[in-house]
Order: sequence, then C-alpha cells, then structure tokens
Amino acid sequence: MDLLTFVRGPGMQWAAAIFVVGILWRLVGILLLRGKKDLSEPRKPGWRGLRLLALRSWPRKEFLGGTAFGEIMGYTFHIGFFVALLFYLPHILFFEDVAKGLIGVNFKQVFGVGWPYLPGGAVYFFSAISVAALFAVLIHRIASPVKRMLSNFDDYFSWFVTIAPIATGMLAFSHFGGPYPTLLGLHLASVELLMIWFPFGKLMHAFTIFLARGTQGVTFERKGASL
Amino acid sequence: MTTLGDTLSASGVSRRAFLKFCTALTSLMALPPSMAPAVAQALAKAKRPSVIWLSFQECTGCVESLTRTNSPTLENLILDLVSLDYIETLQAASGFAAEEARQHAMKESNGQYLLLVDGSIPVADGGIYGTLAGESFVDMLQESAKGAAAVVAIGSCASFGGLPKANPNPTGARSVSDIVKDKPVINVPGCPPIAVVMTGVLAHYLTFGKIPELDAQRRPLAFYGETIHDRCYRRPFYDQGKFAKTFDDEGARSGWCLYELGCKGPITHNACATVKWNAGTSFPIQSGHGCLGCSEPDFWDNGSFYKALATADWGGAKAIGTAAAVGVAVGAAAAYAARKRQNRVSKEG
Repeated sequence: MDLLTFVRGPGMQWAAAIFVVGILWRLVGILLLRGKKDLSEPRKPGWRGLRLLALRSWPRKEFLGGTAFGEIMGYTFHIGFFVALLFYLPHILFFEDVAKGLIGVNFKQVFGVGWPYLPGGAVYFFSAISVAALFAVLIHRIASPVKRMLSNFDDYFSWFVTIAPIATGMLAFSHFGGPYPTLLGLHLASVELLMIWFPFGKLMHAFTIFLARGTQGVTFERKGASL
Repeated sequence: MTTLGDTLSASGVSRRAFLKFCTALTSLMALPPSMAPAVAQALAKAKRPSVIWLSFQECTGCVESLTRTNSPTLENLILDLVSLDYIETLQAASGFAAEEARQHAMKESNGQYLLLVDGSIPVADGGIYGTLAGESFVDMLQESAKGAAAVVAIGSCASFGGLPKANPNPTGARSVSDIVKDKPVINVPGCPPIAVVMTGVLAHYLTFGKIPELDAQRRPLAFYGETIHDRCYRRPFYDQGKFAKTFDDEGARSGWCLYELGCKGPITHNACATVKWNAGTSFPIQSGHGCLGCSEPDFWDNGSFYKALATADWGGAKAIGTAAAVGVAVGAAAAYAARKRQNRVSKEG
C-alpha cells in the first residue's frame, strides 16, 4: 500500500476517529467538572458578561504596545488559514462528502446555493500569508527570552503540525518538490497528524477558547467586575 | 536472423514512413529529436527477437488494444516483425502444437527471448484457479521466465494484479513482479495500455538492447513519467477553478475540468493526454469522462470513480458515531474521576 492509498484510507479513518474521541473526551470532561458554587448575590446579570467574547478578541489600548505583534500575526495567520481551509474547492468537496455521510445533505441542499470557492491561485496567496505569519511568530517566540522560557514541546509541536499541512498543501498545489501523488500523500499525512494531535495539545483552544471566555465573562459580570 | 530493415523493405514499408515512425518514437521515448536517425539506424539493424506472450487472468483487452491500432499501422508491422512465437489469442496452433511452439522458442532462444505477460497470476490454493495445458499459471510463468532476457508485464493485471486482485481477491491474484524476482520486469500498466506505449517499449528494447529507464513502479519513465493532469488540455480550467458539476452541465459542455466528477488524472501516470488513443484521436477526458486511474496499482479499490480525489474514506457515519460515543464515555469517566478527587481533597481539607 503506497502513502497516498494509506492516507486516503486507513490513515484518514484512524485520524478521524482519534480526533472525534479526543475532542469529545476533552469537552465532556471539562463540561462535567464540578464548578464552585457562587453563594454571593449577583451584582449584574451574568449573561451580559458574554460580551467578553468580543472584548477579548480585540486588542486593548492599555496593552497594545506589548500585544500588537502577536495579535496582528495571530489574525493574519488565522484569516489565511481559514480562507485556505474553507474556500479551496478540494477541501470543500471533502467537507461536503463528510457532511453528506453524517447528516445526508450538502451545503446547497441546506442553503440553496453552492459553497463558494476561490481560484487556486488566490488560496495559494492566503496560504503563503499564513505560513509567513507562522514563521514570524516562531521567530518572535524564540527571540523573546520570556516567551522562550514559557514555551514547551506542546508549543513547538503544535506550530509544526499547523504549518505542515499548509506548506505541503502549497507544494502539492504547485507540484513542487516531487511527484504530485507523493506531495498529496504528504499533505494528507500532515493533516492527519494535525487531527491526531489536535485534541491533546494547545490546538484544542479552537474548541475551548470561546467556552473559557464566555464562562469567565459571566463570572466577572456576576461579581460586578469591569470588563 | 533477418533484420527489421530487411523485413520492412520486403513488406513494402517506405523509407519515409519508417523514418516518420522513428521520429515519433524518438519523441515518445522522450529522446532529443537529433536521436531520430540513430533510432532509425538501430531499429533497421535490429534482429527480430523471439517473443513469447502468455495470457493469464485477463480479459483480452490488452491484446485487443494492441491489435486494434487502426490497422495496418507501422506499430503493427513492428510487432509483426518480432518473432511472435507464442500467443494463445492470435496463434493458429492449439493444444500440444501450441505448447510445443513455446517449448521450442524457449529452447532455441534461451536467454534471448522476451516474455510478455498479460493478466495476473492466481496463487491461492496451489494456483489451481488458473491452469493451461495441465500446468498452473504460476508454474508456467516461472518456467517461461527462466530463460527470458526480460519480462514485460502488459496491462494493470500483470503489472499490479488489477481487477482479479481487487478485494477480496479470492484467487490470490499476484502481479508478475510478485512472482518473477530474478529477471528484469517492465510494467506497462493500463486497462488496457495504449497500443503505441506497448510497441514503444518493445521498440526501445530493440533499439537500445536494454530495458528503458523505469520509475519506482517499474514503469517506463518515457511514457509514465508525468501524470495525466500534468499534460491535460483541461488543466488551465483546474487552475482557474472552473469545474464541471455534472456530465451534462454548461461547464462540461465548455470543456471545464472534471475534478469534481471524480477524475483521477492528478495521481495517474500515463501517456493518455499526450499519445491519446485510436491513432491520436482522443482520450477519456477529451471524450468527457474523468480518468479512472487505471495505470495505478489497486485502482479498483481506491474509492469510487465518481467521487472527487479530495474525498477520502473517513470511516462513515457509523464509525464516527462510535468514536463520538467512546469520546463522550471517556470524557464522562474523566469528569467522574475528577469529581471523586475533588470530594477526597475537600474531605481531607
């Protein structure tokens, strides 16, 4: 069995299963934890604290000097990454196939229009931006003594499994560095590595970030803290 | 032994037609155009090698492809001009006479003859699923390969096992290279292979007296060095993001890329997009159907022909549902353990 056959078959099956088990394990494990009972009188209605979701997603003036680089690069990476992930036709075909298999309908049946996609060249451009931002944050992390000290294996490995699918996807798209089937096989293998690592490292923030911010916002608001 | 040149002249093939063929062949073999005269000279002087063609688990599609090449073409003549001493499908002799011809050719040209094989070889249960003249296919292959100069596996069945090897492979079908380990094996896959690719490989052997440069799958690089997608005339539409959504929509009629309809061109190495079929008339994608990937190993088992290459076998709803149930159970168990720990800590505190 060659690489491409493996990653399109058993590799993908195992990665998908581990991804789903891991994500639900972590989420259910967190959601079923017993929280501390708050016996105090609420100062404000807690639900209003959900605005922290938006507030924490935007730089605060007071800290701008120290956080601007990370925030700009963070947004640059995420925008580039999600454009490549969600608006490249082969990716859409994959997601639609999964959706069809799980819920029996595709995007067009639900929304009346097909899932829009961009030409490959445009996706390549966004991927390149994303890779550049990832390298910038890595250099920043290594160059900063404090960040370097705070960093562990999880940070570097999560960086690697994030950049690998984008970089190999760009290579496959441009047919650069080897035969296309090999490059496509490497791309899918790197995606599967990402899926397997995802629930168990810091990449899990994709699922927990809004949960954490929402919980924190409600708690703060209830206590009357200024958001 | 007469040379090809002698026989071609006797057959009435003009020098001009022969040179034209050699030029095309030179181009096909990815050689510089300046090599054409050298190829012509070498071919004209080439001795007619003895060729034994064995057919095993096959559908005769490969021989059909070879014989239906807009006959008569020079490619046919070249094949006629090898000494085709044994080929069950085409030979007049049958029974003992046919087997005798094979034995005779093997004896007379020991160490010199080319062995061509189409079809896979069943090995399950002692090879009883394929026998000929009281001999199993696997025994016949091993016996015939012993004195061969090289073995050419014609078609995907002989090259990789093909359809007979498709899951669940009840006969234990194997490729030629799974059986023959001590001789050079050239794979010429395709279901069927393009006629001119088959004759091109033979012509290369006749011209240079050695097997052509091969890729990791033992396929001649001259014909299998690039993917269909690399040379597809619809490729610009792929790059522009223009895809046919059905076989009869506006995109399909405008010749847009067939990727969404399951075309396997991006991962299929073959010369269809350049050499084409039926004397260069067309090839499947040009006729409006995606590539099936028939010159790649296990193409029959690599998912639906009509699902885009981007899709993968991710396990299906049942597997993902099971994984979700396991995840929830493990998460609940983890939370239960955490709560128990909380209780213990609060009691101790």
